[in-house]
Amino acid sequence: MILRIQEPRTPKPADDEPIGGLVPVVVSPQASTVRTFLVSRGSSSIADSTFRWLMLLCALSIFAIVALIATELVTHSQITLAKFGWKFFLGSAWDPVNANFGALPFVYGTLVSSILALILAVPLAIGVAVFLTEMCPRALRGFLSFMTELLAAIPSVVYGLWAIFVLVPLLREHVDPLLIRLLGWTGLFAPPDFGIGMFAAGVILAIMILPIISSLTREVMTAVPHSQREAVLALGATRWEMIRMGVLRNARIGIVGSIILGLGRALGETMAVAMVIGSSPTISKSLLAPAATMASVIANEFAEASDDTYRSALIEIALALFLVTIVVNMFARLLVWAVTRGTPARVA
Amino acid sequence: MGVSIEVNNLNAWYGTNHTLQDITLHIPANEATALIGPSGCGKSTFVRCLNRMHETNPIAKVTGEVRVGGLDIYSETSAVEVRRRIGMVFQRPNPFPTMSIYDNVASGLRLNGYRNRRTLDEVVERSLKQSALWDEVKDELKKKSGASLSGGQQQRLCIARALAVDPEVLLMDEPASALDPVSTAKIEDLIFQLKSQYTIVIVTHNMQQAARVAERTGFFLNGRLVEFDSTHKIFTNPGDKRTEDYITGRFG
Repeated sequence: MILRIQEPRTPKPADDEPIGGLVPVVVSPQASTVRTFLVSRGSSSIADSTFRWLMLLCALSIFAIVALIATELVTHSQITLAKFGWKFFLGSAWDPVNANFGALPFVYGTLVSSILALILAVPLAIGVAVFLTEMCPRALRGFLSFMTELLAAIPSVVYGLWAIFVLVPLLREHVDPLLIRLLGWTGLFAPPDFGIGMFAAGVILAIMILPIISSLTREVMTAVPHSQREAVLALGATRWEMIRMGVLRNARIGIVGSIILGLGRALGETMAVAMVIGSSPTISKSLLAPAATMASVIANEFAEASDDTYRSALIEIALALFLVTIVVNMFARLLVWAVTRGTPARVA
Repeated sequence: MGVSIEVNNLNAWYGTNHTLQDITLHIPANEATALIGPSGCGKSTFVRCLNRMHETNPIAKVTGEVRVGGLDIYSETSAVEVRRRIGMVFQRPNPFPTMSIYDNVASGLRLNGYRNRRTLDEVVERSLKQSALWDEVKDELKKKSGASLSGGQQQRLCIARALAVDPEVLLMDEPASALDPVSTAKIEDLIFQLKSQYTIVIVTHNMQQAARVAERTGFFLNGRLVEFDSTHKIFTNPGDKRTEDYITGRFG
């Protein structure tokens, strides 16, 4: 074997060339046009630092916007913050006429509709991700993942319209009667049933968060090194056992992260939910009853909030929603990042 | 106890690349057989054909006959069953990072539904002793993760994991090439100990390693088996000019 050793480069002395910024700018008599032009450009340090500050300003504007939103929400909800304090989120009376506000029905609605959405979406999303990463023929993979991402791009209001015209009648005619018959004894599915209500909201939310959970789950599953799959296969595992032990087990933290990210979306989702949930500030055991979420009540009632206390109450709900979604999203991103930042398992 | 392997006219492809051409050889039971050759000569593909791991790549194809203990693994059984009978150790240690040391070793048995705790304890201890890792980890079996060990320990853990299912054949694909000299020596000692009980096929880049551990050596070049004979003969009096050139370092 012949080792090729690279010849060391000796810099040739160039007497007409100022090196970097070390040599004082002196244009020699025989300097070329190009050299004269370049020297006339100066050090460009102003352009460089301007660019740096400009970009820093862009980056900082993100923090400024978040801070501004938070302060605005706090200042405009002063009335109810002072009047009701923490009890605002514990009272279940929502009575704008008598200026008595309790946000518990909305907190309940947000939690229940989001949890319902997760129960429906998570198994489906993980199934989609498993199929896409482990089983899907290469030719179909790109198309299918494109389609799932496309689901995420559909505007919320379009989902809402589709839900009103297709999903709600479908639930009312076929699904709900079946649920009442099979699970009626639990009390969770009890008549009267209008089609619109908590369950319809949960289903539409599930469809909306499906692409988020499945695409992120796919990402963390792809980040699991191939050697882990081979290790399980070599032990005599079937394909499902390989996926369970070699892939899902290693990706689980990231999968939890993607689920929480889906939860974050479900908590804040407004338009589609506002269109199908029935807008009723009540807490009912039956999931078929109309309800309202924190986001949907703001959307549905803000335009008619005539007095300051009413408006303050809605803004305080917005503040709570803002804080909760920020915390949930931060936590989720952290988990996903923990898995995808390199190989999840730093083996050897 | 180990079984012998009979390979007849084995051909393998990656896409259109004909990586193994007409390989025929007999690997005797309870011996170590080393496969040497330059990078890309097909020796890794060959061992991956012995437990049907080659076909896990969607563009891979295999033809020919491989009989492990008389059973034709391509026509008379499933890939899953073959891999339950044949253990494999890979080039890079790949323990399961989310499992403890104990769970790593027990994973093969648990995978197949084995639940008897006392037997599992015994198997884990036996396998870790066989792979010479027991004394280093016995106090933290269930506390420490498989990934927290050093590279050489991880590789011995992978060997223990493969031995726990009591394989008839142990395939090792360059098991020491990612390890330091001390860990390499430990792995070689291990192969020396294990070969009386298991049929071992070891792929190696390191010719001294082949000479030290193996009874028989096969030399692969460009997808063909150039020569297969006793290790002593290959290294002292090779029958083929290309083998001689390779072992004397004239190419590769």
